[in-house]
Amino acid sequence: MATSPDLVPTPAQTPADPLLDVRDLHVEFRTRDGVAKAVNGVNYTVHAGETLAVLGESGSGKSVTAQAIMGILDTPPGFVTRGQVLFQGRDLLTMSAEERRKVRGARIAMIFQDALSALNPVLTVGEQLGEMFRVHRGASRKEARAKAIELMDRVRIPAARDRVRDYPHQFSGGMRQRVMIAMAMALEPDLIIADEPTTALDVTVQAQVMDLLAELQREFTMGLILITHDLGVVADVADKIAVMYAGRIVETAPVHDIYRAPAHPYTRGLLRSIPRLDRKGRELYAIKGLPPSLLHIPPGCPFHPRCAQARGRELCRSDLPALLPVVGGRASACHFWKETLGDDNAAADRAGA
Amino acid sequence: MGRYVIRRLLQMIPVFIGSTFLIFFMVYALGDPVAALFGDRAPDPATAAQIRRDLHLNDSLGEQYLIYMRNIFTGDFGTAFNGQAVTSLMGSAFPVTIRLTLVAVVFEVVIGIALGVVTGLRRGRPVDTGVLLLTLVVISVPTFVTGYVLQYIFGVRLRWTAPSVSPSAPVGELLLPGLVLALVSLAYVTRLTRTSIAENTRADYVRTAVAKGLPQRRVIVRHLLRNSLIPVVTFIGTDIGALMGGAIVTERIFNIHGVGFQLYQGILRNNAPTVVGFVTILVLVFLIANLLVDLLYAVLDPRIRYA
Repeated sequence: MATSPDLVPTPAQTPADPLLDVRDLHVEFRTRDGVAKAVNGVNYTVHAGETLAVLGESGSGKSVTAQAIMGILDTPPGFVTRGQVLFQGRDLLTMSAEERRKVRGARIAMIFQDALSALNPVLTVGEQLGEMFRVHRGASRKEARAKAIELMDRVRIPAARDRVRDYPHQFSGGMRQRVMIAMAMALEPDLIIADEPTTALDVTVQAQVMDLLAELQREFTMGLILITHDLGVVADVADKIAVMYAGRIVETAPVHDIYRAPAHPYTRGLLRSIPRLDRKGRELYAIKGLPPSLLHIPPGCPFHPRCAQARGRELCRSDLPALLPVVGGRASACHFWKETLGDDNAAADRAGA
Repeated sequence: MGRYVIRRLLQMIPVFIGSTFLIFFMVYALGDPVAALFGDRAPDPATAAQIRRDLHLNDSLGEQYLIYMRNIFTGDFGTAFNGQAVTSLMGSAFPVTIRLTLVAVVFEVVIGIALGVVTGLRRGRPVDTGVLLLTLVVISVPTFVTGYVLQYIFGVRLRWTAPSVSPSAPVGELLLPGLVLALVSLAYVTRLTRTSIAENTRADYVRTAVAKGLPQRRVIVRHLLRNSLIPVVTFIGTDIGALMGGAIVTERIFNIHGVGFQLYQGILRNNAPTVVGFVTILVLVFLIANLLVDLLYAVLDPRIRYA
């Protein structure tokens, strides 16, 4: 996205400086059964106007990373033990609680998965939207209501003027998620983190909500972190992808490269398990085994017990592969990435021939 | 909503008839009211017969009940053992008990909810454990024990308040009795609020409120507390009726001439009009309090709609 000619950089920042720069983030949960290492050294950057898709199974640490950035981790049991979260050059983790509160909602906003439980059931949507302006901007009750109606119009909720007095349960799933988006958009933040924003929705509504989100993001040149396990959603809207496994990023790449030829066996497994129309009737591929318990992450490469390529290789069992640059602005945390990439390139060439 | 209220009000009619008949029957079964009226001395047989005739005591139970109900609807609740009209006893007793109940409810709401919020937000910490232990003690010790102990400490030894309440029962003198009356319910309110708060602190909408960058105070009061109080309000509402009836013990301890005092006298003297009349009003208070709670429920939780 940074190379597209129509993108005008915001004056406060040069396009080279990332909006968000997460460095070596570690998060652990201290539970009765032991310490669960949920995030183990995550690095990623998001630029203004860019969409980063974070992909992974449940328990891969993608949501916990987002919560740590947002500062809404349940503490205890969750603790950030190491790392930096630089937002516009300032480390969020060393800010005072009050400074951080002012960033939340106003500069970085979050969209949650299930709008029905994420919205307060006993307050009208107008109150919940207007609250953003009342708290962060000191708006009067009347101004806040007017702003709420404006926001609802912007996310194309019909009859906003009447519906502003309705409660969340009176909206359909898609409309509720639009309310969530409106709430995140309210103060025109620089960064939005969307945690599986369409998972709870019907397929037809999913596309509408994603389109709306992408459109608003373009309009305001916001950074967007899209957390998902839905590879279909990612292809259309993301600029780059980070794949997470057991609290680590195992592969990053520009979006289209990863579909053509993944450089990590786990990514390849994920891609193969997408149902495809041209493979109708055949059994769906599934990655063997289960993701590791975060209490006991296997030594070496955490994916080795489930990896076909690791079979018989001592290196995979003993050495943790670092996330290193491979080709074309991509990075992979696999000792044998050349092999992985080569396989698929060859396969893609065969298919193309 | 209107239809719902009407239906609920109509449901009160059979409950009202049933409960008054039950009470009437129980008082009737207690024994001979004429003998009770005269205490230890045996009454003159002619006088006794005269009183029996006047009070329709020679009629069957059903007939007596019908006569009583007919009188109630003309506003005649009969006379107490001392010749006073039951309605005039009610006129002096109910305001006193209502005042006492209100004092108790204020204690319940203010102290109970405050303790519940504090302990709910600090689960497992010393404050939480301490308060929890205290509520357990309060719940397990009977009211008459806490009543006499507090009366002795604050009324007799420290002289902070009058140990016994004067007939006019001003609010100032009702503070200690109100606290005693409230104590057990207060402990329940604390525990209920604590559980409810603790449950809701992990709710998604609370996380949303934090993610919106709201100050902690606003998150707790507007988002967390508002949702957590729904079960507490239900409890307090139904408790109002129970407090008024349960004031018998407290009113005895502090010599308050309220409903409990009059009921006690009525039972002692086998005086059916007093007992049935007072209990009937208490039943009505209970029914209305319950209806109000159900209506309040819909106000607090917009997901509930009555049709």
